[in-house]
Amino acid sequence: MRKMAVRSIAGATAVAASLSLVACGGGEKGASGGFDGEVKVGILHSRSGTMAISENTVAEAELMAIDEINAAGGVKVDGKKLKIVPIEEDGASDWPTFAEKAKKLIDQDQVAVVFGGWTSASRKAMLPVFEAKDHFLFYPIQYEGQECSRNIFYTGATPNQQAEPAVSWLLKNKGKDFFLVGSDYVYPRTANTIMKEQLKVEGGKLVGEDYLPLGNTEVAPIIAKIKQALPKGGVIVNTLNGDSNVAFFKQMKAAGITPANGYAIMSFSIAEEEVAAIGPEYLEGTYAAWNFFQSLDTPASKKFTADFKAKYGDKRVTNDPAESAYNMVYLWAKGAEKANSVDDNKVRDALIGVQFDAPQGPIEVQPNHHTTELVMIGEVQKDGMFKIIENKGILKPLAWNQFVPETKGYTCDWTQKRPDAGKFKL
Amino acid sequence: MDLLYDTLFNGLAIGSVLVLAALGLAVVFGLMGVINMAHGELMMLGAYTTFVVQNIFKASLPDALFPIYILVAIPLAFLVSGLVGLLLEKTVIRRLYGRPLETLLATWGVSLILQQFVRSVSSAFALGLVLAVVLGLLAPRFTPRAWWQKRWTPLLAVGRWIVAGGLGIALASVLGSVRSLDQPWFSARNIDVTAPTWLRGSIELGGVTMPTARLFIIALTALALVGVTWFLQKSAWGIRIRAVTQNRSMSDCLGIPTETVDALTFLIGSGLAGVAGVAVTLLGSVGPNLGGNYIVDCFMVVVLGGVGKLAGTVLAALGIGVLSYIVGSGSLLLVWPAMPAVLNELISFFATTSMAKVLVFAIIVVFLQFRPAGLFPQKGRLVEA
Repeated sequence: MRKMAVRSIAGATAVAASLSLVACGGGEKGASGGFDGEVKVGILHSRSGTMAISENTVAEAELMAIDEINAAGGVKVDGKKLKIVPIEEDGASDWPTFAEKAKKLIDQDQVAVVFGGWTSASRKAMLPVFEAKDHFLFYPIQYEGQECSRNIFYTGATPNQQAEPAVSWLLKNKGKDFFLVGSDYVYPRTANTIMKEQLKVEGGKLVGEDYLPLGNTEVAPIIAKIKQALPKGGVIVNTLNGDSNVAFFKQMKAAGITPANGYAIMSFSIAEEEVAAIGPEYLEGTYAAWNFFQSLDTPASKKFTADFKAKYGDKRVTNDPAESAYNMVYLWAKGAEKANSVDDNKVRDALIGVQFDAPQGPIEVQPNHHTTELVMIGEVQKDGMFKIIENKGILKPLAWNQFVPETKGYTCDWTQKRPDAGKFKL
Repeated sequence: MDLLYDTLFNGLAIGSVLVLAALGLAVVFGLMGVINMAHGELMMLGAYTTFVVQNIFKASLPDALFPIYILVAIPLAFLVSGLVGLLLEKTVIRRLYGRPLETLLATWGVSLILQQFVRSVSSAFALGLVLAVVLGLLAPRFTPRAWWQKRWTPLLAVGRWIVAGGLGIALASVLGSVRSLDQPWFSARNIDVTAPTWLRGSIELGGVTMPTARLFIIALTALALVGVTWFLQKSAWGIRIRAVTQNRSMSDCLGIPTETVDALTFLIGSGLAGVAGVAVTLLGSVGPNLGGNYIVDCFMVVVLGGVGKLAGTVLAALGIGVLSYIVGSGSLLLVWPAMPAVLNELISFFATTSMAKVLVFAIIVVFLQFRPAGLFPQKGRLVEA
């Protein structure tokens, strides 16, 4: 089967790779740990550029899952044990590069699946490639929803598994006046559109919103607006991404907009790693909603964190995106074993209904290609960890948002054999 | 009235960061006509110096001294960025005087090198680099003087750098096999500079909350301005710098060492970038890409102010600060609540930080259409122009 690959390959590196593949698969069985063959998977994250800080952790979690599966005997299909061989590519924080590298992984390396992406922009850039080649991608990050592709599996939270429960919780416990702050790109804009609809429905009040260009650090006008709109405290929902967060929290603290003065601040892009980078002293007492926290007190969660630290260093922390990335490798392996094949079409059909005991607890792939998630709200502590203050239990994903009028009533179900299975009215 | 004070203070706060960041550029671009795209990276080096100073204070000095680390960081950052700037001038920019386009490209390349440098520098790397630079610079001392008058001397000039570079790489890779020397100092991650407690709070004055970090930056800016003005107007070297700016050949004839003047000007401009780097650690994040966030604003300020005029730089920066605050915070809506609906819509449309930036840029572009030389046009001649 793999000899086919050799024929169509032009690049010298790829030839070398498949030669070594033939060598392993053929003669020395003992040397490669008793495997009967190999299966290549693509890992496509930004290993350089602005996003590298975040995406490195995600790629490391995927490599850790691959090592674990290989150590346990690889993927077992058709009576054979296959070793997972990761092919790593660098998306370089540049969206067209993601599309180009995805093409390369599919055509040249003939990978069985691609794990990759972080920003919605990178996913949107890769989507046409995976649809055109009818191949498939696993995407690990919580995102804005409003998408349901047959060629993507989403293991991060949809808004109804992160933002919506968090907003309901804020409305119930922290106040009705909301100020929305976000970076100026697709995720914060879409997430805030959804939140505004939700506030209308659930009786909250939007007192202001503002967007900061990515990388901008001058937040004085935003702080002034928050003070005008919420002079006596209120709720601030923060969807800023990356560096702007540091400026935002440093200057908020200096201006006295802190939890101690009656402001409840909820962030959707700040996990353990970001807390460490911004500094816990600026974030203490603010909230975040995620599907996994390092402080989650279960044996599975503790084992995941301990393994990660053992592999990558004691100072490292685990977080939701890393857990989600780790899960998707296992989900794919289980899908392949269920399909009894690594063929992408068969695995894709088999994946629906696959369950996995993730570090957060059991998750299951749903017919809309998203997974069920445990939804929790945490409060940042002095040591940079989250104290879990609310557990909403396991929630099913909704790809199409039910608060936004344009998508209300629509659903997605890839088990149905209808041409509009990705988006149809119930 | 509160609103007026609030606007003035916040405008001043935003403007003072711009003044401080652009001051070094105003010296380099304004007095020497050098388009230095690596200016942002010199700021970044200043910020990293702050990080190192902070860590030294945390690790090896008594806790009681920690609050003043930032004061120690300021002169050190000036020194580090200034010396890097001096090296840059001696090796690259000196060869490109009077060729603005090449300077632009070369310094942009330098900015990329500096970014990657802080990402990948480790002890082994640094030692290798030092060896290469020292060997390259000292090569003429160790070789027979006759070699330097032959026809193949130009080859030698290039060759010594190749040999020095090769030796440096060899040393770095040998040392790199020792694990502790191979650890990157900073890595590509953003680093955490914690402001001392006295710079984290705010004070209430006349109904306006003034963050102490902002007040500190305003004071630092004022100090830097006074220092630079004094230096250029009163000191002997400052007068020489201005003389060279006004008429290079005449100054040369009168015995002013123009090369030293160029190097000194560049050192001061770069050093000021380092000081700005210390200031911005109080506001935002510190990472290899820090410079990119400021470089466009810096050029905007210098061009708007009028190249070569410090007063123009200050006025332009404060103007941009106040304008972007007024537009971005939408405070016009509060001053005149009964304004016509159309105007109200328009102002709210621009009252987000992104749109405010767009509007400020648009206003500057229109302004430069009418006053292409900026607020205060230079009356003398530019260097080499």
